Parts: sequence; C-alpha cells; structure tokens
Amino acid sequence: MSNLSTKRLTKELAELQKKPPGGVTLESADNLSQWVVKVEGAKDTLYQNEVFWLRFTFPSNYPLESPEVVFVRNIPIHPHIYSNGHICLSILYDHWSPALTISSVCLSILSMLSSCTNKERPPDDSRYVAHAAKSPKQTNWAFHDDTV
Amino acid sequence: MDDLDEMNSPVSPISPQKRRHHDLSQDDDEDEDALAEFAMDEDGDQDDDFDGGDGEDDDDVDIDMGNSGVFSPVVADRDRDKTHIVSFTVHAVPAIVETQTREANHVATLLGTQPEHAATLLRAFRWNKERLIDLYFNDPDATSATAGVILDSRKQPRPLVVPGFVCDVCCADDDDLLSLALSCGHRFCVGCYGHYVETKIKDEGESRRIQCMQRGCGVIVDEKTVEQCVGKDVLAKYKDLLLRTFVDDSDFYRWCPAPNCQFAVECHVTPARLARVVPTVTCQCGTTFCFGCGATGDHKPCTCWLVKKWLKKCADDSETSNWISANTKECTKCGSTIEKNGGCNHMTCRRCKHEFCWVCAGPWSEHGTQWYNCNRFDEKEAVEARDHQAKSRAALQRYLHYYNRYANHEQSAKLSQELHSKTEKKMSEVQANSTLSWIEVQFLRKAVDVVVDCRTTLKWTYAFAYYLARDNQTALFEDNQRDLEMAVEQLSELLERPLEPEADKIAELKRVVQDKSVYCSSRREVVLEDTAKGLLEDRWKYNTDAQPAGSAGPSGGGSSSSA
Repeated sequence: MSNLSTKRLTKELAELQKKPPGGVTLESADNLSQWVVKVEGAKDTLYQNEVFWLRFTFPSNYPLESPEVVFVRNIPIHPHIYSNGHICLSILYDHWSPALTISSVCLSILSMLSSCTNKERPPDDSRYVAHAAKSPKQTNWAFHDDTV
Repeated sequence: MDDLDEMNSPVSPISPQKRRHHDLSQDDDEDEDALAEFAMDEDGDQDDDFDGGDGEDDDDVDIDMGNSGVFSPVVADRDRDKTHIVSFTVHAVPAIVETQTREANHVATLLGTQPEHAATLLRAFRWNKERLIDLYFNDPDATSATAGVILDSRKQPRPLVVPGFVCDVCCADDDDLLSLALSCGHRFCVGCYGHYVETKIKDEGESRRIQCMQRGCGVIVDEKTVEQCVGKDVLAKYKDLLLRTFVDDSDFYRWCPAPNCQFAVECHVTPARLARVVPTVTCQCGTTFCFGCGATGDHKPCTCWLVKKWLKKCADDSETSNWISANTKECTKCGSTIEKNGGCNHMTCRRCKHEFCWVCAGPWSEHGTQWYNCNRFDEKEAVEARDHQAKSRAALQRYLHYYNRYANHEQSAKLSQELHSKTEKKMSEVQANSTLSWIEVQFLRKAVDVVVDCRTTLKWTYAFAYYLARDNQTALFEDNQRDLEMAVEQLSELLERPLEPEADKIAELKRVVQDKSVYCSSRREVVLEDTAKGLLEDRWKYNTDAQPAGSAGPSGGGSSSSA
C-alpha cells in the first residue's frame, strides 16, 4: 500500500462512516485492501426492498488504478450483472478516473439498478460465467449500452 | 505512348531496352565487349518486334534531330530520374524531434495558440496539418473539443497554492499544497498528477491521449504540464513515446524495421498511390525495406497488395485443395473425393456404392464387359467430368510453375551469404596469384551483390507474372524477365567456377565478370523501369486471380507486336 492510497482510503473510510450517501452502508472494512458495502434497492424501482453487497478490492496503486468491484452473496438480476457477480460498467474498467470514489461508484451502480425496466440476466450469462476470469478486470469489456 | 517517345531518339531504331544499355555503357569502354557479346542473345527476338516500324521511326528521328541536336535526348534520358526509384530521406531522432516542433510552432502561429496545444491538436489529427486547419477555421470550438483541447491562453497550467483546496484524489488538504489544473479547471494536487501521468506513461505506454483525471473530462494533459509533474526518466520515456507516435501516425514517416535501428525514413508516397508505385527505401543502417507495407527487402516489381496476396497464397492451403481437385476425382453421384491408388478402372464408391469408370467418369453399367479398356471417351457426362479436372490441373500447374521459380530465386538469394564467404576466399586467392591489389579484386564482391539484387528482383517478377493477364505487355515483360534470368545464371556460374591461378586467366575472369555484372545490372534496370512505368500508366492488366484494389485501367502502351 502506497502512501497515496493509504491516505485516500483512510479519508474515504471516515467519510463513509460519518455521512454515507443514501442507501449505502459500509458493512465491513477489516483492512485497507478489501471492503464490503451494503446497498439497498431504491424505492419505486424493480429492486425496492432488496439488499445487495458489493465487495471492493483495492490495488496498491488505488486510486490511479480502479478497484475490483463485484456483487457478493445476493446477486441482482440485471441485464448488466452476471450471475457470478461481475458488473459490466465502464467506469469500473476503461473509463475509471482517479477522481471517482467508493461512494460515487456505489451511487453509479445504484442508478444502474434503478433505471432497469426488465429483470433479466445478460443474454450471454452462462457462456461468460463458464469462462470468466476470477477478476472482472481481466475481462475485455465492450460497453455498448449506455441507457441502463 | 511511352514506346513512341523511346523511338524518337536519334539512335537507330532498336528496342528501348537495348538503347538503354547503350546509354549505360557510354562512359565505360570495357562494357562494350559485354554488349557485343550479348547483342546476340537479344537479336533473336527483339529485332523482329521492331522491323515493322522502321519506316515510321526514321521520320521521327529526322524531326527530332532537327529540333534538338544529336545527343540531347539521350542526355536528357540519362539525367531523368528513374521511374522505379522513389525519393526519400533518412532522418535521425534529433531531426524528427525538430520537425515535430517546427510543425507545432507553425500551426501555433497560424491558429494563434500555444505550441503545446497546437501539438495536441496535430496529434489528434495524425499530423495532417491541412485537415486540421481546414476544420479549425470552420468551427474552432468543436474541433479543439474533439481533440481534447480548450484554447484559453489565460488558463496556463502551473503549480499553485490555492487556499482551502482539497485534492479529490488523495484527499490532502495541507495549506501549502501545490495543485494543477488544465484549461478545463479540474484541479488536483501536483503529487497526484505526477503519479497518474507516470502510471499512464510507464504502465500503459500512453503518451498523446493522457486525459484529465476528472471523470468524463476529455482534456488532454499537454507536454508542458507533463514536464511540470514528472521526473527526468519518466519525462524521457514520455518524449520517446511521443516521438514514436509522431512517426507511427504520420503517413510520410516510417521507422526502419531493423532491430535497434533509430532512423526513420520520410517518403511522400501516400497509401492511395501504392497500387501504382513500389516505394523501396534504404535506411542509413543499410536495411532495405518497403515504405508502403514495411516488409524488409525489395519487392519490386510487385506492388504491396500483390505481395500480400502472393504470400498469403503461398502460405495458406489453397494449393492443397487444388492438389485434391487435380489428383482426385469425385464420385459422379455423391461427390465423395476419391484418389485411385491402384487396381482396375471399375470404381465402386465406398459411400454410395455408385459404380463408375475411372478413365471416363461415366457410369460403369454402360461399359459392359470391357474391363481395363475404356473406349467411351466422348460421352457428354464424361467429358464434363474430365474438363473440370483438367482445369484444376492446369491451375495447379500454372501456380507451381511460378512458385517453383519464385522459391528457387529466393533460395539462391539466401545462399548468397555462403557465396559471399566463398568469394571472400577467392578474392584473397586472386590477390596471392596475381599483381592485383585488394581494391582491384573488389569486382568479385560487387558481382555477388549484383547477383543477389537481381535474384531478389527475379523472385518477385514471378509473383508479378502469376497475376498478369496474358497479353502483349506480359509477353514483353516475360522477354525482359528471361533476358535478366539468363544473364544472372551466367554470372552466377562464373562466380561458382573454381579459380584458375594463371595471371592471364585471372585478368580474363575479371573482364568477363565485370562485363556480366554491368550487363545484369542493366537488364535489371530494364525490368524495373519497364514495370514501374507500366504501373504508373496502369498498363498492366491483371488476371482473375488478382482482382486488384484499384482497377487496372485501359492498356496504354500496346505499341509493339510482340513475338
């Protein structure tokens, strides 16, 4: 863990504990390399009253490099979320910016869930899950749908 | 059309090829012998071509002499640049850096921007200055926005201490924290910028497309800013990457493909012209390569797309299927492929049990009891089956004809390394056995070089010929090819021959080898010049195997009736 990432994560941890954004709660942060965040489906959406958990794994040069973000335990049914928890969202991969934070990532994912109109798995789910690498960051994602 | 020009010369009406090697020999007395010797080889076919035109040609000659004196056309011809040689310049790294800076400064003055912004704009437009300026004057804001530049001379990125600033990346909020913002205004601390840019440069090899750290902001981190936030070694790497992309992006530059070579070649042959020009260039390090496709070696007279096609054909198994169709027959009923490896002509297909005759491919039932003896050659069905087979057999034969010659010259050119060392030995032998000095035996080495060059050219003439349609132009081309090939084989043989130690034999050898070398070079020149002109004039017609990218235009030459 470099100085930069320690400082930044400590700060983010404090922020998340003090005033987390709506629907986002820090579940566990035993160390500075892996956290679990609980997110709640927003009201009046398909995911209302559902609870999901996101696992953040931070590389040593975070925030220059993106964190690995996957759903664990309860995987939402969504056209951009695979049944192994991998999320197809451009800001987690190619479009990562060091100015993004854990809360902003959580909010992006929540808004992705909120805008969903049809609960279904991605069409290539079984094929992807059978061959996917352990970390979604090793997948070459094609981001073709900006609407959901 | 071109041939007419050639005949306008005051030299007696002989073939353009022949006249040209007279030109070459003018300044070298020794060559005359060689030419006399080889005139015989040529007379056989080439005089025929031109006899018919004698009367007309004489008229032309008179007019020409009246106009411009006896020698001027020949001199003009010699001074003219050769069609098959493209002009190019080799640049070392400092010169390329300078060009880059000059271009950026030029555009900066034109657009009234900072040079680093001009450089960013140019990079986004792959250094196509004209297009950039064109678009910029149409819509400056949109053009610079797509390139990732916000042109605002009041917003110079420089490290500042801004009171109350908190860096969004590292969350530092020290009172003396230095921060930077590009013209987009997104401010981050200098330390984070340094880390970020360093990661981009060192881990991702990125240089010209490092964007602002803010999510969704497309403003490019310019050179000046990079200079302010990274160390010396990273900056050097950054400059190196910029230089590489400058050359890679530009249509007019190409790196020398030799390992560790630091030179780049500038050549103004655009990709659109590659169907008509073969831009062979030679780097300062001695590597010859094609500016168009980057392949090492000289693939004249084949154009880049023909080379690609030919190499693909040689590498893939299209010839395997050709072999199958030439050496096997298909069951006339179910189409299974059958190779006959012995036995009688009464074939029974293993799959559909259809019985047929191997010889005529007709059904066996019509053969009665005449086993081993098929006399039914003209039945319609059988004729069709045989026709098809004959066609693929001919196609295979044709391909193999060209491929064998191509491969043979390639192999021989490869063996030149060996020939070089053998010749080296021979050269010291000659020095020991005669009064010739080191410099005087260099003729042997030169001769080997000539052989290698000629073989490389010959190799590609066969790939070229494979794709040519059969017409008079092609017949002329093949005559030239044959002359070159014959001359090269003779020179090769001379070089392989064991040395006879007597002084007069060595002198004789020197004379003959030099004559042949000069002759070979001139024949190669003829082939290259003729093909290059033909490409330029769209004179070559390609056959159906070729299907060129740019269509072969109407035949321009069509002058001489060939043998």
